[in-house]
Amino acid sequence: MSRPTDDVVTGVVSPKTGQRWIPVLGIEVHCQLKTETKLFSQAPYRFGAEPNTRITAVCTAQPGTLPVLNEAAVALAVRAALALGANVANWSKFDRKNYFYCDLPKGYQITQFDQPYCTGGGVTLPSGRFVRLTRIHMEEDAGKAIHDRGPDTLVDLNRAGVPLIEIVSEADLCSAQEAFDYLTSLKETLQFAGASDCDMEKGSLRCDVNISVHRPGEKWGTKVELKNLNSFRNVMAATEFEILRQIEAYESGDPARFPVQETRAFDAGSGRTRTMRSKEDAHDYRYFPEPDLPPLYLSPEFLQAQAEALPESAPNRRQRYVESMGLSEYDAGVLTATPALARWFEETARLCGSPKDAANWISNEVLRALSDPEIEARSLEDLPVGPDGVAELITLVLSGRVNVPGGREVLRAMLKTGKRAGALLSELGLEQVNDEAQLEAWCQEALVGKDKVIADVLAGKDKAVGALVGPVMKASKGKANPQVVTEILLRLIRSGAAS
Amino acid sequence: MAHERKDAVGLARAIAAGESSAEAAVSEALERARGLGARLACFLSLEPDGALARARELDRARADGRALGPLAGVPIAIKANMATEGFETNCASRILAGYRAPYTATFVQRLVDAGAVPIGVTNMDEFAMGSSGENSAFGPAMNPWDETRTPGGSSSGAAAAVAAGIVPIALGSDTGGSVRQPAAFCGIQGFKPTYGRVSRYGLIAFASSLDQVSPFARTVRDLELVMELMSGADPMDSSSLPMGPMRRGPDTVRLDGLRIGLPKEYLPDGLDGRVRGAVEAAAETLRSLGAEVVEVSLPHTDAAIPCYYVVATAEASSNLARFDGVRYGLRVDGDGSLAGMMAATREAGFGPEVKRRILLGTYVLSSGYYDAWYGQAMKVRRLLRRDFDRAFESCDLVLGPTSPTPAFTLGEKTADPLTMYLNDILTAPASLAGLPAISVPGGFALENGTRLPLGLQLVGPPLEDGRVLHAARAFESATSFHSERPPLFA
Repeated sequence: MSRPTDDVVTGVVSPKTGQRWIPVLGIEVHCQLKTETKLFSQAPYRFGAEPNTRITAVCTAQPGTLPVLNEAAVALAVRAALALGANVANWSKFDRKNYFYCDLPKGYQITQFDQPYCTGGGVTLPSGRFVRLTRIHMEEDAGKAIHDRGPDTLVDLNRAGVPLIEIVSEADLCSAQEAFDYLTSLKETLQFAGASDCDMEKGSLRCDVNISVHRPGEKWGTKVELKNLNSFRNVMAATEFEILRQIEAYESGDPARFPVQETRAFDAGSGRTRTMRSKEDAHDYRYFPEPDLPPLYLSPEFLQAQAEALPESAPNRRQRYVESMGLSEYDAGVLTATPALARWFEETARLCGSPKDAANWISNEVLRALSDPEIEARSLEDLPVGPDGVAELITLVLSGRVNVPGGREVLRAMLKTGKRAGALLSELGLEQVNDEAQLEAWCQEALVGKDKVIADVLAGKDKAVGALVGPVMKASKGKANPQVVTEILLRLIRSGAAS
Repeated sequence: MAHERKDAVGLARAIAAGESSAEAAVSEALERARGLGARLACFLSLEPDGALARARELDRARADGRALGPLAGVPIAIKANMATEGFETNCASRILAGYRAPYTATFVQRLVDAGAVPIGVTNMDEFAMGSSGENSAFGPAMNPWDETRTPGGSSSGAAAAVAAGIVPIALGSDTGGSVRQPAAFCGIQGFKPTYGRVSRYGLIAFASSLDQVSPFARTVRDLELVMELMSGADPMDSSSLPMGPMRRGPDTVRLDGLRIGLPKEYLPDGLDGRVRGAVEAAAETLRSLGAEVVEVSLPHTDAAIPCYYVVATAEASSNLARFDGVRYGLRVDGDGSLAGMMAATREAGFGPEVKRRILLGTYVLSSGYYDAWYGQAMKVRRLLRRDFDRAFESCDLVLGPTSPTPAFTLGEKTADPLTMYLNDILTAPASLAGLPAISVPGGFALENGTRLPLGLQLVGPPLEDGRVLHAARAFESATSFHSERPPLFA
């Protein structure tokens, strides 16, 4: 496995010259691990907490404090690596990356430089192409410097010390679309491994893209690093812009305009990239082994335990939903959009005993409710009803206590109020009417004067009876079982009771 | 009652027996600290209110019949680079002037839990960088034996305070000799444990891979007690060794069968004859206690100082990066930019020696120079450790001088940093190898009519802290150097 050769890469055609150019892209992803506490301190972390309330003496680098490695973070880092098919080293070490900035309390970041805990592995794109990973290493996040609230710079150290893994890809990607696909697949893998929320809005996933372009068969161009990419859409837009910018620069023929090794920031407003810092401004980070931490040893037993604790991947779940639960590929895809949804679905299916019905009710009703302005909740976690509530409703529908339209109404009420399905059923008076005498009376009424329908049915066109089901349902205020109503209507017509 | 004559064990016993009280012991120590201590500039700050309150609490506990710790009521002194909650922990630096630690170091807490009463913070070389105490931003401490001389450094105030009888125990930190050399200059005991034996949580880092909390005392039994209380794994320090407290050696003061190695490199031609004489006399004394004296070799000794000044400065350049004016300590606005504020703060806050070492350390870690300097130093460090491993195949402890000279005069070596650095030549090797080592009083040298103490160093294999202390106790029992007092203490 390697990067595809230039002759098989589609490449980008220059809008000016019609020449084909080959983009070369590599991506570095920083991903926060979903731990209770920080990488080297006991401070709990929560996004959006009041500034400087999630800190200890270690987080603020009080003199004399020392880092102590959080084993839970290592476990998640290992699970992420295993989910990406990477090799986890038994021995690795931590290093100090030295630089001064107000959001970096110690004046150095503890990271892994020349001996990362993980190498290799990769991500399979929807196209089937495999993108190789160079390495993954653990490190601590920095705090946040806020420059836009008054004359002073404000510093919030809540984020300082949050565990990160940095995932570095090989320069295997060939287009903006592939960059997008890579990030989408990577995010799904990390989320389903339980390693990270990968929420770009909350900063739990951040990425930098390295880009160069060259003519087919020629030497690779100068690499430019793109930063400030805060959504996957922005990654695509920035990458597309940068590829064209570089092509145009080369095609100008003016070496002074050729791309230089630099870091460029993306401005989402203008859709352009601009110079952030040049190679000359690059820091000398003076890496050296972190003397406060012993080398990291991950025993075969520890690695085995993490492999066993690794949750099922999204592709495996989709396959299982289709093959052993009888779901459509489409539904399997919808229900594995997030690990939380997949868990929700599986729990509902288990409780009601019918995966197909669980899939239908969740994908048609529950997910729709999340965008319904009348329902407050915007995520599954916020819903006042859990899988047990929905499973109870499905069971009521399957057992004929309420018909499907009634069930929909009950579910909506459940999602609004959090009440149980059984209670709402009687509260809303939606309990299905199965009383034969009552149903027959409504059917008789509906048949009055419908000679054409009766004649059609007697002539063998059973479907004609459908025109009468509606009025019966209306008469029953929606509580009749439409199937039973159909049967009764047909029986009445055939037996000559209708006339 | 003359508490200052007692060692910590003796004082704690007297208090436990009701012959004295914690309050009396602590107030007398405070009084001496304000008098003699001020004259010698031993302390940067005293904490009388807290100390006296704690002493009274211990006395009440005793009166109530509650069990007391083995150091109950014993006044102790804390070096200014050790966190004690509420104490001004300024590392004798302007950059931390006024900084009060928000937490207490593990090793301080363990002694406090045993009943010790910290009375104040001792003077030192700024950030423990120095061999004479003259790099203190608040002026140097003086040697109680001769006030024109250095007490040694970097733990200058701590050594002077113990030698002057202000406190029986003071905590120092030893990175390349910062406890052993002042112990030698002041005629007291100073013990550096095996690296990792005592938690560093709360010790403000100079060179993380070398720093060890190291106690001073006037008797070896005090050091043994402090080590028993202070040592052992700490979940807050990943470099602390996963083992229980140190176990002391046998009660006997015989050393039958013990092999003492004399490294020829520690006794070079041209060594001060008085220092050589003290080592030879000590070898004789140890022989009389049943030990066997053999010659050993530590061939890479000469490389220790360059190696030490690369490793220590590299780590220091990183460890001191946190003093940037952002979160605590001094802040100087400079040109008003963030980078300008940090630069101006560090320019104003650090003294010349600290700046010199940060620059050295930054240089040796720089891209393109790392392999030649830091990488090479790491290799030399392994060679130094191997030297000791080989020596310990034919001996159980290594004996040598602690310092090539007795205490020098204040100002004598400040002009030339390299001469000052050479002071560590006999102590740096054990630091780089992470070994337990003690400096014991081993004699006196007459200098212009003044008696100046000489120190002898015993170095043991890793984790043989108990063996080193046992041999020191045996030597102490057979000599009287440790019981001599500087004239102003008399």
